[in-house]
Amino acid sequence: MVFDKVAAILAEYVDADASTITNETSFEELGIDSLDMLDMAMALEEELGGVELELSEDIKTVGDLVSYAESKMA
Amino acid sequence: MIKTPICDIFGIEYPIFQGGMAWIADASLASAVSNAGGLGIIAAGNAPADVVRTQIQEAKKLTDKPFGVNVMLMSPFADEVAKVVAEEKVAVVTTGAGNPSKYMPMWNESGAKVVPVVASIALAKLAERLGAAAVIAEGGESGGHVGELSTMPLVPIIKDSVSLPVLAAGGIVDGRGIAASFMLGAVGVQMGTRFLVAHECTVHPNYKKKVLEAKDIDSVRTGMRLGHPVRSIKTPYSRMMLKAEFDPNITNEQFDKMGQGSLRKAAVEGDEKDGCFLAGQCAALVKKEQSAKEIIEEIFAEAEEILKGADKWVK
Repeated sequence: MVFDKVAAILAEYVDADASTITNETSFEELGIDSLDMLDMAMALEEELGGVELELSEDIKTVGDLVSYAESKMA
Repeated sequence: MIKTPICDIFGIEYPIFQGGMAWIADASLASAVSNAGGLGIIAAGNAPADVVRTQIQEAKKLTDKPFGVNVMLMSPFADEVAKVVAEEKVAVVTTGAGNPSKYMPMWNESGAKVVPVVASIALAKLAERLGAAAVIAEGGESGGHVGELSTMPLVPIIKDSVSLPVLAAGGIVDGRGIAASFMLGAVGVQMGTRFLVAHECTVHPNYKKKVLEAKDIDSVRTGMRLGHPVRSIKTPYSRMMLKAEFDPNITNEQFDKMGQGSLRKAAVEGDEKDGCFLAGQCAALVKKEQSAKEIIEEIFAEAEEILKGADKWVK
């Protein structure tokens, strides 16, 4: 569920097909820089109903982001 | 007389910050600006923490007015510098080249007023969430590390996205820029390039000469391929960097090495061949060496004249 939301936001961001995004997809390979990450994190926060996400450099793949977001929601 | 909320929040007479220019903005310039009624700022740049501490303590001897430190978040010494800023109870911290999240709790606790330089809505909103006192919306006309957007759209974009006071930066050099900034929604300005030619600025005389002689077509951005471009005055060095920018035979690593030390060469040694003379597009408008006090008083007198006549086209 969280994965679907992340994939959807990401797909819109980089004009890709959401079905091509997997947990292993890295943000770097999609050309997403730190400013983009910040913007995306804010969009994701809204989608997830106001949870606060503090991104660190350890979040390198879609899977990392999904796990982190899920842990914040628990 | 021009007074905005920035004056009350920061305890200054004129709503102006002096930009934190690495290798250039030291205790001498910062204290002169603060003594003249603005907010002087010491640039930490890539300097180690003890160097920054020395400058802070020197500034405390030269002025009893508030001053600030700019923490360059890409510095390898950022962690230690951030600690020194808190320990020395510096009144204001500005941040650039990144996301200041991890230091904000420490700075909020030390009583520092934090003012991140932002080039995007997301950064501005984050700053507000973390308890910043204001934000500086700095457009790509500025010297040094530059963002994508220009000041003209950026200031209203940022103003519309947060309820924090906004200072405008990038391309401001005289009363016209100040007046325009207020029209865009800012309540203060940050200025860098013009202070390069202040008497109290200790940068090498060759650097000042470059700024005074700069024409409109002399402004150039380099370093796009590394993702953090900088704006400087055209020189043989910048021409070489631009060639390398598009040369597929040079790796990013090699390209990065070519830029190392170039600012120090310009600012400290005045090296006109290999130095990188960071400055904003408005260098073309900087024509006179003056004291910090003369600069500040002149530009605010100009701004006041313009603002008083601002409705001349309203019929």
